[in-house]
Amino acid sequence: MNHLLEVRDLLVRRAGRVVLEIEHLTVAPGEVLAVIGPNGAGKSTLLLTLARLIEPARGEIRFEDRPLAAHGELAYRRAIALALQEPLLLDRSVFENVIIGLRFRHLPGDEIVRRAETWLNRLGIGHLRARPAARLSGGEARRVSLARALVIQPRLLLLDEPFAALDPPTRAGLLDDLQALLAETGQTTVFVTHDLDEALRLGDRVAVLLAGRLRQCGRPEQVFAGPADAEVAAFVGMETILSGRVLSCTEGRVIVDVDGRHLEAAGELPIGQAVLFCLRPEDVTLWPKDGAPASSARNRLAARIVSLAPHGALVRVALDCGFPLLALITRASARELDLAPGMEVSASFKATAVHLIPHR
Amino acid sequence: MQNILELFTGGDPEVWQITLLSLQVSGLATLISLLLGLPLGTVLALGNFPGRSFFLSLINTGMALPPVVVGLVVAILLWRSGPLGGLGLMYTPAAIVIAQTIIAAPVVTGLTAAALQALDPRLRLQLLGLGASRLQMVLALWLEARLALLAALMAGFGSVISEVGASLMVGGNIRGQTRVLTTAIVLETGKGEFARAIALGALLLALSYMVNLNLTWIQQRGARR
Repeated sequence: MNHLLEVRDLLVRRAGRVVLEIEHLTVAPGEVLAVIGPNGAGKSTLLLTLARLIEPARGEIRFEDRPLAAHGELAYRRAIALALQEPLLLDRSVFENVIIGLRFRHLPGDEIVRRAETWLNRLGIGHLRARPAARLSGGEARRVSLARALVIQPRLLLLDEPFAALDPPTRAGLLDDLQALLAETGQTTVFVTHDLDEALRLGDRVAVLLAGRLRQCGRPEQVFAGPADAEVAAFVGMETILSGRVLSCTEGRVIVDVDGRHLEAAGELPIGQAVLFCLRPEDVTLWPKDGAPASSARNRLAARIVSLAPHGALVRVALDCGFPLLALITRASARELDLAPGMEVSASFKATAVHLIPHR
Repeated sequence: MQNILELFTGGDPEVWQITLLSLQVSGLATLISLLLGLPLGTVLALGNFPGRSFFLSLINTGMALPPVVVGLVVAILLWRSGPLGGLGLMYTPAAIVIAQTIIAAPVVTGLTAAALQALDPRLRLQLLGLGASRLQMVLALWLEARLALLAALMAGFGSVISEVGASLMVGGNIRGQTRVLTTAIVLETGKGEFARAIALGALLLALSYMVNLNLTWIQQRGARR
């Protein structure tokens, strides 16, 4: 069995509108596939379709080398487990919530207790077993929801935004624990998220879903470093995306003309090729005007600060270099450079930080 | 006052017979309403079929059915020359049970549908995603809405134990056969026996209170879980 799950030519309509269209997607046994995309991209619809809770208008889903229809609806749903974005716990104790899927499967009582105790402890909620679900914090409820799905020991685990709406420390703790549990158990998992950090941490592969279409699928470093198109690039954080044309290409060094400025990137592309020049804001370094010391950064530009905006613990700086450029720097750097709108600075970035996407 | 005390201290065996019959008739009507209303309310709450909203509006209208109108319709059906006259049910406790079931069933159905619709609709998907069969999902939803469903049961019982129009029309208020507390109160009031009417009224209230006290106790025990 090469694939545990295989999706072919899938089309899902909701209220007459096409909301999901996927040509081909596979999940290998033991693999964690992270499906990423913005809100409304069709991620949850994909998960519900894979859980057989939405009937596709077209296409085939194969599970363990057989079409879903060959498994029988209930048998398939009992081979998998789904945890939706909200914990949706029942108005019962934590223990009763965790065992509900095992009760649905009519497992023997002693097996139910054994498994429940194991997973309550693995998720660090053993001490909460008798507590009413209504009296749990958001993080605890999320752990119960995960325990309720994992205790089933499904052949395929489907998780919808498992860390959504959690405060950062709670999220970080749960992310660590889930990463360890998935690695330890080899649990085949499809999880959807709009958070790139979660996808990088948990996913063996990443599938990018935009406007209901699967735009790219590959190892996280491939997708994040080499987005397939401008929209994927924008979603994976390459916020500076400029149109340009290749002027020359020698020894893996590509010179691109962007609005009359000659910029350098690493790669091999034919001369005259139209490209999208993509750059992450965190890869841009700022210096005082004419103050950039000698370095390996191949691109140095005179720039004027257009605006400064707080971005969590960082500061996002919008620059005008003859074309718009974004930089992300620490607050300490912004203070030391005494940055202010209208100020002239130098901006630099390495040729290897640039991702070029061939364009029409 | 003496009459009232005599009534409560067991001076009149007819009173206890009337009380027992009231409890039996209204209890049975509520039970049948529950057996009809719980599945019907569930289908209306969870189903997805054409005309669902129309059926829900009919049920909601039925929750306010005037008992005398129900009595009239059941009387026409059960009358000797009526379509169900051959069954010989007119002026029997069974006729009162039928009428009271028609009164209570929409109440139980409508409140069941409302109770299930008040649950998060994603809960159904979550239960199915954890491997529940359709029946297991419905049972889990009933358990989740248990407090509201018990309230539906109480409302159903309350609507029939206190009604008089239908019981009078299809039961006939026959002494020893179809006389229930409400019809007996009407009779005693008509005779000017106000003390006896008041005593029967107090008994009706006490009976209603005892039944609802038990149901409330079960409901609140569930709420503390």
